[in-house]
This record gives sequence, C-alpha cells and structure tokens, in this order.
Amino acid sequence: MNAPKELLYAKSHEWVKKLDDGSVLIGLSDKAQSDLGDLVFVNLPAVGDSFAAEDTMCDVESVKAVSDVYAPVGGTVSAVNESLIDAPEAINKDPYGAWLVKLTDVSGLENLLDADAYIAVCGEE
Amino acid sequence: MQLKTPLYDSHVACGGKMVPFAGYLLPVQYPTGVIAEHMAVRTHAGLFDVSHMGEVMITGPDAFANIQNLFTNDFTSMVDGKVRYSPMCYENGGVVDDLIVYRYHQEKYLVVVNASNRHKDVEWMKSHLFGDVKLEDCSDQVAQVALQGPASAKILSKLTGAQELPVKFYTFKDPILVGGVSCIVSTTGYTGESGYECYCAPADAPKLWNMLLEAGKDEGLIPCGLGARDTLRLEAAMPLYGHEMDETITPFETGLGSYVKMAKSDFIGKNALEAKGEPTRVRVGLKITGRGIAREECDVYAGGQKIGRTTSGTHGPFLGYAIAMALLDRSFGEVGAPVEIDVRGRKITAEVAPLPFYKK
Repeated sequence: MNAPKELLYAKSHEWVKKLDDGSVLIGLSDKAQSDLGDLVFVNLPAVGDSFAAEDTMCDVESVKAVSDVYAPVGGTVSAVNESLIDAPEAINKDPYGAWLVKLTDVSGLENLLDADAYIAVCGEE
Repeated sequence: MQLKTPLYDSHVACGGKMVPFAGYLLPVQYPTGVIAEHMAVRTHAGLFDVSHMGEVMITGPDAFANIQNLFTNDFTSMVDGKVRYSPMCYENGGVVDDLIVYRYHQEKYLVVVNASNRHKDVEWMKSHLFGDVKLEDCSDQVAQVALQGPASAKILSKLTGAQELPVKFYTFKDPILVGGVSCIVSTTGYTGESGYECYCAPADAPKLWNMLLEAGKDEGLIPCGLGARDTLRLEAAMPLYGHEMDETITPFETGLGSYVKMAKSDFIGKNALEAKGEPTRVRVGLKITGRGIAREECDVYAGGQKIGRTTSGTHGPFLGYAIAMALLDRSFGEVGAPVEIDVRGRKITAEVAPLPFYKK
C-alpha cells in the first residue's frame, strides 16, 4: 500500500498534511479508498464547523455503502474541497491529492502515526 | 461458519474481495471495482458466480399439481423448456420467497430459489406436498454462473459449437456442452441485460469459469461481484427478497400482481390475498433529485407526512444518478410526485419515477 512519508496518519485511515501556516489538510488514505471502493458521494462539513479529534467530521459514500470520516485531529474547518462534490472519484484516483477539509486551530497532532507506524497498523488489520 | 462455493479459489485468483453473503464467501467486487463491472455488463459482458443459489427438483405424477398449489403464478400454459418466475406465499399472503421454475415436462421441474431462503423454502414446500411427488434439494450438487450482457451470445457460442442455444427469453436447454462441460443453459438473469445462466457439477465449475473468461477476453468480459449484481438489478428494478418483499409484504404490494393468478382454482395464500383486496401501499421507483444516496430503510415524506420507507437504494452507475425503490402509501405513488427522504437525519429530495429505471 501507498503511504507517503511526509504525511501523518490516523488509525481510522485519514491522512494529515501540515502546512506552513499551522493549518492542516485532511484526506483519506490509499487503503481507505481501496477498502471503500468506487466513491460516488461526499458530504462535506461547513466552513466554521469545529471538531474534536475522533468526532465524525463528514461522510463519504461508495456504490455499496456510506462511511463516516473522523477528524484525525481537533480544529476548525477553514476550507473544504468543493471540487469533490462533482468528482468524488478523485479520491479513488488520487487519494493524497484529493484533500477533503482544511483545519485551523489544530490540536492533537502528536497522537498521529508516521507512515511506517500506519503501515504497521494496517498490517495488523 | 461461511461456506465456499466451488469457485472460491477462482475468485481469489482474480483478486476478488471476499465477503460473507447468505452463508457463503463471495466476491463483492474484483480490482476493477463495482462501477467498471456494472458498465461491462451494460456494454459488453460480465461473469458472476451464483453458485450460492438453491436448486430444488420436484418430480412425480403430481409434480404439476403441487407447483400449481405452492406457487402463485399459473403453470398450466407452460411448455417444456420454458422458465417462469413466481412468488411463493404463506397462507397470510406474505412472501416465502420468489423463484424461477424450469419445466422439463409435466412431471419434472427445477426450482431455483434465493440462497438465504433455501432451507426455509425446502421445509415449507416439503410440509405442503401432496400426492405422488418427490422434492429433492440438490443445491450442493449444482454450481451456477451467470454470463450477462450484450456480448453473452457471442461469447457462449464460441464454446458450444454447432449446438443450438436457447434463444427466447426465459427458456432453457439441458444438456448443452459448454467447452465439454455438461450444463443446463437458460436465457435468464438478474441484471436487465440479455444473457445466460449455466448450471453445472461443482467439480466442473472452475473449468467452466476459466473457459468463459478466456472466450470473452476479446469481447470485454470481466468477472463481476455482488456489488454490481445489486446495482444492476436495482437499475432494472428487479425486486430482491428481504427488501422489496418479505413475509410482511404481499406480492401485490411489491407490484408482482401479474405473477399472482387469482383466477387459478387455488394456491397457498389465495384466500388471504383475496380478502386483503387492493393494496394500500405500492412499490415505486424514486429518482434522487437532491444531493446524496438513500439506502434501504429510510423514511419517505410528502408535505411533512410520513408516507412510507425505502426498500433498496444505490447510486445507479449507468444512469449516473442515485435511485431507490420504496413502499409508499398508494395515494402518493404517482409518477413525478415530489417526496423527501430522511437519510441519517438529513432530508433529501426525490421524485417518484417510472420503473424500471433502466430498460435495454
């Protein structure tokens, strides 16, 4: 499985990319998109929504089923990737490019896994 | 404990993602994914393992009288080599199962039932037999693959040589040698496309599977899983037991009235269905006009009033929009009527659409 070294990961299969201004981008890992299958709908949160780590942040639907996406860290939504509304399949095609939300006031980064630890966790599943 | 079909190793070899279904481990999809598998069946061809289905042989001098009594459809006019769909009802008019009946002759019928209902069906049928008749559950001696899609005839004929294949929809021939494997071949399926279902001995199934995939390689044939099977049947608005019908839903409510012959002298459930009269709720199609996907068991509203619930729903890969089937109060079932569906607490808009959503 593909898990870029420069990203951080949650056990619930979200990735987190730290940006220079202290905010983060969040998306779904390659394993998550592979397990979900063809995605056909993304229900994004609203800008301004705040989440604690492990809160349900939004949901994505594959042809077969709906899955919650959990906030891997705490924070406030400062942007959502609206291009996914019309093209949810971008998550399947480019999971590490297709970010879902951008969070500011981020907390709990220290609880995330690095790529090696995340791959190890996936191996145990 | 989950059973494996004779094709389990073939699925794993094809990269199938195996999941438990009706007591069996079956592929929900292959690496191609549900959408590509769905589209292959609509435009070229797809191959499904449906070995989990149940097969029951009913034979003997009173076989005909028994199927007339057990099933709601009328088999009087049926000729040898025909296949006919029918619900099977309880005394109260609820549905035991829906099934297809293959007529060999007046005293021999093959009945194909849903995997999840097999044991219940066999018990029910056995306890209602009369006269000189024998019923045998031969499910474990039969494997089944479904070759579906517009290229099916071309693919199958590569393996059947000069033998005449069944042509007319819902007919069968037995035996047909498919690449040397002895099969029952019928022009049936659960996708809304033309195609075949081939029954063979379990030991021959992997060979049949591989020969068909090889014969279809240049015709766009790919293996397809349960995911595509469900989206295909939903676009074609084919009901599924446990969703559009069950022991609490009558065939009339499901819209299967043309398979319930009330003019027949008698069958199990007839009295109850007669007493119930016109159903107060009906199965309708819903086209989702808002954002989201309604699955099964979502409440449906009109003008703030609850008018029913969805029974199945998905994204329709060929249609390109989300669809659902629902049981609604019949006064709200008119095509074009706007409704709202509660999807996990969020109301999304939809409208009543004509069924089937997709017709080839």
